Amino acid sequence: MSTAALSTRGLDKSFGSLVVAKNIELDLPRGARYALIGPNGAGKTTLINLITGMLKPDGGRILLEGEEVTALRPEERVKRGLVRTFQINTLFPHLSALEAVTLAVCERRGYAGTWWQKLPAYADAIEEAYSILLSLRLGASCYRPTRELAYGQQRLLEIALALATNPKVLLLDEPAAGVPQGESAELFSVIADLSEDIAVLFIEHDMNVVFRFARRIIVMVGGRILVEGTPKEIAADARVREVYLGGAHHG
Amino acid sequence: MIASAFGVLFDGFAYGMLLFLLSVGLSVTLGMMNFVNLAHCSFAMLGGYVAVTLTNEIGWPFLASLPVAFLAAAVVSVAFERVLYRRLYRATDLDQCLLTIGIVFISVAVAAYVYGTIQQPLNVPAYLRGTVSVMGQSVGVYRLFLIGVALVVTLVLVATLEYTRFGAQVRAAVDNQRMARGLGIDVDRVFAITFALGSGLAGLGGALAIEIVGLDHAFAFTYLVYVLIVVAVGGLGSIAGSFVAATLLGISDMAGKYYFPELGAFLIYFVMVTLLMWRPAGLFGRR
Amino acid sequence: MTSSAAAEPQRYLEAQIRWRPLEIVFWLATLLPFVLTPSYLVLASQIAITALFALSLDLILGYAGIVSLGHAAYFGFGSYTAGLIAKWGWGEPLSGLIIAAAAAGLLGYLTSFIIARFRHLALIMITLGLGLLLAEAANSASWLTGGADGLQGVRMWNLLGIFPFDLYGTAAYGYALAMLFLLFLVARRLINSPFGLALRGIRENAVRMPAIGAPSPAHIRKIYTIAAVIAGVAGALLAQTTETVSLETLSFQRSADVLVILILGGAGRLYGGIVGAIIYMVARDQLSDINPQYWYFWIGTLLVAVVIFLPNGILGGLARLMPSGRSRA
Repeated sequence: MSTAALSTRGLDKSFGSLVVAKNIELDLPRGARYALIGPNGAGKTTLINLITGMLKPDGGRILLEGEEVTALRPEERVKRGLVRTFQINTLFPHLSALEAVTLAVCERRGYAGTWWQKLPAYADAIEEAYSILLSLRLGASCYRPTRELAYGQQRLLEIALALATNPKVLLLDEPAAGVPQGESAELFSVIADLSEDIAVLFIEHDMNVVFRFARRIIVMVGGRILVEGTPKEIAADARVREVYLGGAHHG
Repeated sequence: MIASAFGVLFDGFAYGMLLFLLSVGLSVTLGMMNFVNLAHCSFAMLGGYVAVTLTNEIGWPFLASLPVAFLAAAVVSVAFERVLYRRLYRATDLDQCLLTIGIVFISVAVAAYVYGTIQQPLNVPAYLRGTVSVMGQSVGVYRLFLIGVALVVTLVLVATLEYTRFGAQVRAAVDNQRMARGLGIDVDRVFAITFALGSGLAGLGGALAIEIVGLDHAFAFTYLVYVLIVVAVGGLGSIAGSFVAATLLGISDMAGKYYFPELGAFLIYFVMVTLLMWRPAGLFGRR
Repeated sequence: MTSSAAAEPQRYLEAQIRWRPLEIVFWLATLLPFVLTPSYLVLASQIAITALFALSLDLILGYAGIVSLGHAAYFGFGSYTAGLIAKWGWGEPLSGLIIAAAAAGLLGYLTSFIIARFRHLALIMITLGLGLLLAEAANSASWLTGGADGLQGVRMWNLLGIFPFDLYGTAAYGYALAMLFLLFLVARRLINSPFGLALRGIRENAVRMPAIGAPSPAHIRKIYTIAAVIAGVAGALLAQTTETVSLETLSFQRSADVLVILILGGAGRLYGGIVGAIIYMVARDQLSDINPQYWYFWIGTLLVAVVIFLPNGILGGLARLMPSGRSRA
């Protein structure tokens, strides 16, 4: 079996007596379309924080395409292709969408350090940023400041920023959070259309979306991985049904 | 000045207690609401001038002027909180700094206008002057009194925090404001009361400070730096932190001035910068 | 060559950074004092120097979001370096300026490693503490700095070998203005570069920056060093044009004043520091016979008013009135 795009081995994290992650072992193959589900407080976002380096684990290892990244700073992991989006919009309010994505592209291409050349001179970066925005149907409103964009568009911008970094592994934290039903389908079709080179793990509460777009599901409860399997296996699993007693009504 | 290590320690501790009284209110309110109130020492200065006016002009006994200094500062601070500060709870650090620095400027100018720029004289009652002998060492009575007041205040604060319902609400609000609100705690009311108490303590500190460090129109500025140091080093929202940091700084400053006079205030600033680099959230801070 | 798809966004970005006619008028107007108010050239040079200092603060505060209460450290360091070079016998202005700027830049570079690691209150306190440390050190090292009496014996040679620094201030203003314009061009280029965009990213959302792979600490160190160089130039100009250096150049007072000036004009708008400096210094000059206490009363009131009613300073307020062009907040 070829090396997984992303692997964790024995990832642990506790805040005093509160265990938020216990022995997390997962393997994300190239081109994966995995969903991470679980009740609120299960530790899903915490896991993303641990994997991306925003939170320091108490123990365990993180490997990106077989290479150890556990000690790397978050921005270094991004440079290697390990990228995430945020559940709550974490954008640049006064920058236009075009400027924001161009910034991400410039950082990736190493242009962001040059201070003696004006930005418009970097046509290749601008072109790339614009095409990303077009592919997410943000082309028309890309000149307006981010804070003036509609909420759904801002969620798409979150993804645009992540795509601009040319990710190998994309961790999406509730990408459709707060987006009305009709628009979230569109958002997920964008995610489904992503390149097969990218391994995608998304946190989601809407079971319809999960069963439609995920090829494999990981269930997390109380900081531990309860079970992992295909949608059919998960739907049939008694323990999962018990955890979701009362039906899937989160978010 | 007593020529011995004990003397430096004692005087330093007394100075530290003064800094504690001046700083504890700011530390708790900063920890609770994250509101950068640089005008905190203006309330201290107000307390000082109230005490001066009462004892010099009106002839009240010094001890009686202390509670009034406390109350005056508390009441005025509430007015400011209602009218101005409330609007800026969600504003940036910078905006809060600027607004409150503006208030400091205004208070300094008003103080100079009303009282002039000279040091304010204060007639401390006879029983608070002079020295007594403690454990074979000669210590200043006033400093002993200051330490006593500060320790009583500390005990009252700690008891309130630990054993009263209000104290529990304060601790909850400092720890996690959103959750406290979610639990039904009226955080705004808790904050308003805490703010008034903290400013009142500053006013008390200002009144007590006159005999130790003097009072002039620039007090609000001069002591702001020291108070900020105590708060930053001690950690936001921590009474224990303020106590330890104030003691540390009081003694460092005394020691510095006594043993290395050429360095001046260099030692305090150096201690602060290195402590903050080691622990950016302060000694007892959270984030 | 640019494909047609990217042509539109490129045009948009070009339009953002184009020179506005008002800017050209402004810079031409800065030549007016030579002709209209020749007796005020000394004041004009002071304003230009203050404007340059405020510009350097704008780079770190308005664009990278670093609140510094100790920026005068680099101003004063540049000032003393330039003064000392002249005092020790080398009175050539331009070379002295370059050396002073380099020295201030070095200090900035070294301290930037500390600055880049902290945020919020800790950062504010550390900038304050470092500034106070330097001021205390300068006070104590009176054998070098002249202490409270200031640096004596600073004698400058003629600017470019031709123009003497005299009481009329002609050379002083020409010199200061030229430096202001030159460094303004540098700052403008920097702001409109990819690096400038990265700085604005840090200011807008410091959390998002590492998530897009940006090395924020490295960016911060870079801009902090550049800002220190510019502040050092401003300080050196002051030393050279007034032929004196005092402890005040390193003081918290000066750090606070430049902060007020920048906020007054509006941070993050490149011209805010210049506008603020003009208004502040002219007002102070006109009201100089007033009791200094009154001055601080009005400055305090102004500050409170600006924060509550004009959060983006004067330029921000004006920008809201004019619906045109870019909104650079």
